[in-house]
Amino acid sequence: MDQLLQHLVNMLVLGGTYALLGIGLTLIFGIMNVVNFTHGILYTFGAYMMFIVVHQLGLNFFFALPVAIVAGWLLGALIEITLLRPLRGADIDTTMLVMIGAWIAMQSGALWIWGGVAKSIDNPFPDAPLVIGPVSVSWLRLFVLFAAALLIVLAYSLINLTKLGKAMRATFQDSDTAALMGVNVSLIYTSTFAIGSSLAAAAGALLGPVYVVFPQMGDLAAVKAFAIVILGGLGNITGAVIGSFILALAEELGAGYVSSGYRDAMGFLIIIMVLIFKPTGLFARAERVG
Amino acid sequence: MKQIVTLLCLGFFVSVPMWLTDPYLLNALITTGIFIIGAMSLNLLLGFTGQLSLGHIAFFGIGAYVSALTSLGFDVPIYGDFHIVHVPWPPIAGFFLAILISGFCGYLVGRLSFSVRGAYFVIVTISFAEVVRLVALNWVELTQGPLALTNIPSITIGLPGLGYLVLKTKFHNYYLVLAVATLSYFLISRLVHSHYGRAMRGLMENETLAVAVGIDVTRTLTLAAVISAAIAGAAGSLYAHYIRIIDPDVFAFISTVTMVIMVVSGGKGSLAGPVVGGIIFGLLPVFLRPIMPPEAQWITYGVVLIVILFVMPRGIVPSLAAKLGLARAGGTRRASSAVSERTAEEHA
Repeated sequence: MDQLLQHLVNMLVLGGTYALLGIGLTLIFGIMNVVNFTHGILYTFGAYMMFIVVHQLGLNFFFALPVAIVAGWLLGALIEITLLRPLRGADIDTTMLVMIGAWIAMQSGALWIWGGVAKSIDNPFPDAPLVIGPVSVSWLRLFVLFAAALLIVLAYSLINLTKLGKAMRATFQDSDTAALMGVNVSLIYTSTFAIGSSLAAAAGALLGPVYVVFPQMGDLAAVKAFAIVILGGLGNITGAVIGSFILALAEELGAGYVSSGYRDAMGFLIIIMVLIFKPTGLFARAERVG
Repeated sequence: MKQIVTLLCLGFFVSVPMWLTDPYLLNALITTGIFIIGAMSLNLLLGFTGQLSLGHIAFFGIGAYVSALTSLGFDVPIYGDFHIVHVPWPPIAGFFLAILISGFCGYLVGRLSFSVRGAYFVIVTISFAEVVRLVALNWVELTQGPLALTNIPSITIGLPGLGYLVLKTKFHNYYLVLAVATLSYFLISRLVHSHYGRAMRGLMENETLAVAVGIDVTRTLTLAAVISAAIAGAAGSLYAHYIRIIDPDVFAFISTVTMVIMVVSGGKGSLAGPVVGGIIFGLLPVFLRPIMPPEAQWITYGVVLIVILFVMPRGIVPSLAAKLGLARAGGTRRASSAVSERTAEEHA
């Protein structure tokens, strides 16, 4: 029982950051219909920005977080403008392969610049964990959970409550009509991709200090993001948040009670099962996928 | 004309080990050849049915492991005292078993995943490959996990009246790979020119119409998946017996990407495409190695892929063929397929 409670607490922390990844990808993959292989790189990039600001520039940990998010936003905008904008109207496979090329080039670039040795990021929180009854959780993880929750609420409000969010939803429902109504469609594409990318960078910046930072850290993160998006239904933000916690729970329980070697298999198994039995995702409106 | 070019190319490839003595280059050619076989099998799915499988390396890896385990033998505890014991068989048996079992996996994946298309199919195939990789990594009793399967014997062929020929040297392996590649090439060529091949292209270009004229979608796609997986399994088996050591890294996603790059740059849906793309991208590292560090090589790899997609989205072979006026019908066919794909996407 105590063990189960501990797993549930871990699930909350993990699920919060997965939700950032998932919301980011559900915007890009679910709404823009771009199979975004650079999502994992943005996650890695966010973590390295954290490392650079904290260790190489010697600045404050809490200042590094917004820097990483803004840097992710800029890199996302750059990718959209240089690679995706010229390909608008190309078929989904071409776009996907270009994103794979970008992913290989950028990951190798990270390996070249920062080397393959994993780096850890210092944090200002006390080492002793917070202990509540049978459950213990480190202060850093608690901070990660709250920061993630704050960012999720921000992203949700941005998409559902602001004029930009409304323009985004209109553009991806029918971009011609949206353009006729005076929406700058190109700008919306760029900002959607940039927002999705900045959320991935935020997830990396938050989880980087919890684990270690290395160039390939984004690969698994990207797969998990795809699992979450498929589980929650394409473009469904609430679904993505719920899917994140389901994936985190499956991983925690799988690692705790089956075998830790298969922890990372959970995301893949969820993808396969969902696509075989309920390909529209668990929380989606009726939609054709075939 | 086309046959003459094919025969000239084949003659050239046969002559290579006669004048090329550098073992490093010959080794690069053999591994490139193995990957070209994989790329050809991927092209059958990607170029002729339009299904992008990004888990193709799974069939390659399964072929490698099946072949290696058949020729090495294993003793795996299943439950309590119950063991499955397998005594080593000759490697050639492993080669054929690899083809069979990979083909069967292709059947399973095809049956399960062709109900979803497009991006979903891509993601299912990636997940399949990753699950297989994690099993290879964690089922240590069978696969030795990260410790790798070592001392895999070379393929031995019994020649009537001449005893046994052990294909151990690079010279032998080159011809073995060339033989399997040629066989696969002609098998795929026969298949895509048969009525099954026409059914596959019909499905790719206009699925609704193809179904309306009575093409069985699942059956056609599954057939393509089985043959594609079986050929990839054969390539995996060759790889295992040539390199003679395999670990779960054979399932690395980057290897699938390498094959996809070979197919797309050479020209998907063209028989010679994967061969041309394969030679370019297989030998690119050989020429880049002296002038730049490995990370920069991979950056070049990614950038070259992007540039090819921007400049020659149809691939090198179809673009050149169109320039030379060889592909008379090819151009219009592909243009119409692009249109139908877009309309299909709008309907989805």
